Amino acid sequence: MDLYEYQARDLFEQHGVPVLRGIVADTPEQAEAAAAELGGGVVVVKAQVKTGGRGKAGGVKLAKSPAEAKEAAEAILGLDIKGHTVHRVMVAEGAQIEEEYYFSVLLDRANRSYLAMCSYEGGMEIEQLAEERPEALAKVEVDPAVGIDAAKAEEIVRAASFPEELVAKVAPVLVQLYGVFAAEDATLVEVNPLVRTASGDIVALDGKITLDENAGFRHEAHAGLEDKAAADPLEAKAKESDLNYVKLEGQVGIIGNGAGLVMSTLDVVAYAGEQFGGVKPANFLDIGGGASAEVMAAGLDVILNDADVKSVFVNVFGGITACDAVANGIVKALEILGDEASKPLVVRLDGNNVEEGRQILADAGHPLVTVVDTMDEAAAKAAELAAA
Amino acid sequence: MSIYLNKDSKVIVQGITGGEGSKHTARMLAAGTQVVGGVNARKAGTTVSHTAKDGSAVELPVFGSVAEAMAETGADVSIVFVPPAFAKDAVIEAVDAGIGLLVVITEGIPVQDSAEFWAHAKAKGTTRIIGPNCPGIITPEESLVGITPANITGKGPIGLVSKSGTLTYQMMFELRDIGFSTAIGIGGDPIIGTTHIDALEAFEADPETKAIVMIGEIGGDAEERAADFIKANVTKPVVGYVAGFTAPEGKTMGHAGAIVSGSSGTAEAKKVALEAAGVKVGKTPSETARLMREVIESL
Repeated sequence: MDLYEYQARDLFEQHGVPVLRGIVADTPEQAEAAAAELGGGVVVVKAQVKTGGRGKAGGVKLAKSPAEAKEAAEAILGLDIKGHTVHRVMVAEGAQIEEEYYFSVLLDRANRSYLAMCSYEGGMEIEQLAEERPEALAKVEVDPAVGIDAAKAEEIVRAASFPEELVAKVAPVLVQLYGVFAAEDATLVEVNPLVRTASGDIVALDGKITLDENAGFRHEAHAGLEDKAAADPLEAKAKESDLNYVKLEGQVGIIGNGAGLVMSTLDVVAYAGEQFGGVKPANFLDIGGGASAEVMAAGLDVILNDADVKSVFVNVFGGITACDAVANGIVKALEILGDEASKPLVVRLDGNNVEEGRQILADAGHPLVTVVDTMDEAAAKAAELAAA
Repeated sequence: MSIYLNKDSKVIVQGITGGEGSKHTARMLAAGTQVVGGVNARKAGTTVSHTAKDGSAVELPVFGSVAEAMAETGADVSIVFVPPAFAKDAVIEAVDAGIGLLVVITEGIPVQDSAEFWAHAKAKGTTRIIGPNCPGIITPEESLVGITPANITGKGPIGLVSKSGTLTYQMMFELRDIGFSTAIGIGGDPIIGTTHIDALEAFEADPETKAIVMIGEIGGDAEERAADFIKANVTKPVVGYVAGFTAPEGKTMGHAGAIVSGSSGTAEAKKVALEAAGVKVGKTPSETARLMREVIESL
């Protein structure tokens, strides 16, 4: 889960990372009040969106008074930045910036470790820096068993070619930022820019944090950081039922068991759809290995409530839960849903007890259900029905 | 022959008294696996009742620690079914006890926990970890350490390595008349113990394996690195499949590691890399199975 800048700022503050004061505002009036609360002097009004390039898009404005902050918020709220509408701004204290740096620590999948990246030259997009001046971006492996302690932090700062007199100032902030990474179960903590102010302080001016959703069980506060309003309503509904669902832009609803098989099903439907006017999969939905009737019903309920869906493809490989149990699940799910089940279902079963499973569906004879033998043929049938 | 696991492997179950642990202990025994005991510190000294493959009743001892279980039973393999919150400690305990093969089935382990136990295991250097978030490993007709249905197919010349459980089952099912030497599900998490490359290396060295199926999915660059490895080191024919061509950028598709970030981790890039290494890549699971069938027929 990616956090907004203001949420990252709050977490930094909780863990002792030096930040500037900042107050969020959802209206121009709130922005004006926030600027006044910050002392009435110079503030920066920043769009809160989960994408880069805010500055260029007009999403960051300097304001010299609360009245100017209100005007700035009026201009920024409602802006579209790379497809993200701005609903909230952060009004942040102004600062005299002497220098801008870059720091991040992240999960390094390829090396099954953590990686710290640091540059004495911050302020620009890090992808751009990595491409244009790779020698200016220090990359230092961080041992997950040890983390970034004082010695490691100094190693990173020196690798990034900071002048020696700054090492003792910057290194402790990196230790604190690693503290955020470790304590909050993040997979990314990025500060761009990390700045040195005129008074010589090192401050995290803009931060980005990605949290590991698997660690939610030991962070009660993380659920509150989720932006429920921005979530797709069908995804929100699926989440309430603990379903693994992603909304896509297509017409064939997909239910399957196992993440790999469902991803594969989306692909096969997209290929099949090429023959039927470009019909595409409408969603990803993995109901997992032990697909009970209730889970099947909950999944069908979400998919049938998607107005874009014209047909549904249920693709199950009977493993631990054999095909007869899955077929009973489908029959029961259709009973539970009753008249709500209004779109054609194409079902493909393979694996353990496949004959029994197909027989159960045949005996039930539900008018909406078509049983097809193979994944490829079923995908074609579902695409055809969606295009009709 | 096979890789990592055979009929002589002696297996203990960490979490043998829990719901999943109990259910799959029964299935592993039915598949012929030599399950010799389990671990649960709170139930040490007790036994659990199961049925062996030949129908006889077995009482499996529950030990207080992995070290004790190994000392008493001679176990060389352990399988972890404990909940995510306790998985890191369970893995570290098994690594410290010096177990040779550790299969971690648990889904939903915080990735920092996996990073820590991996760093620990790597430093110790004595334990091969498979998973986490994986279906485990099966050497058909010999031993199952995991949750793969044991009755899909039997022994044969194909080695299989996959990030996905159900796609593994699907592929075993499609090629059930040919059979498999060993099938390994390496798991869909961002950090895993055994990689595609590890399995490819082991299959290349295994005389019983004549051809290899490699199943990947979006996220990370493991398939690209496996392609480089194949080009340089694998002489046996490899057939590949990659899932997730239609996955949108920035969305996690079920597996914690299955995510396209920016332009990296796409299925297309993986397919291109594999094909450049001489791997025949199927567009669908059925096409992939057909390609493997052609390979086997031409041997």
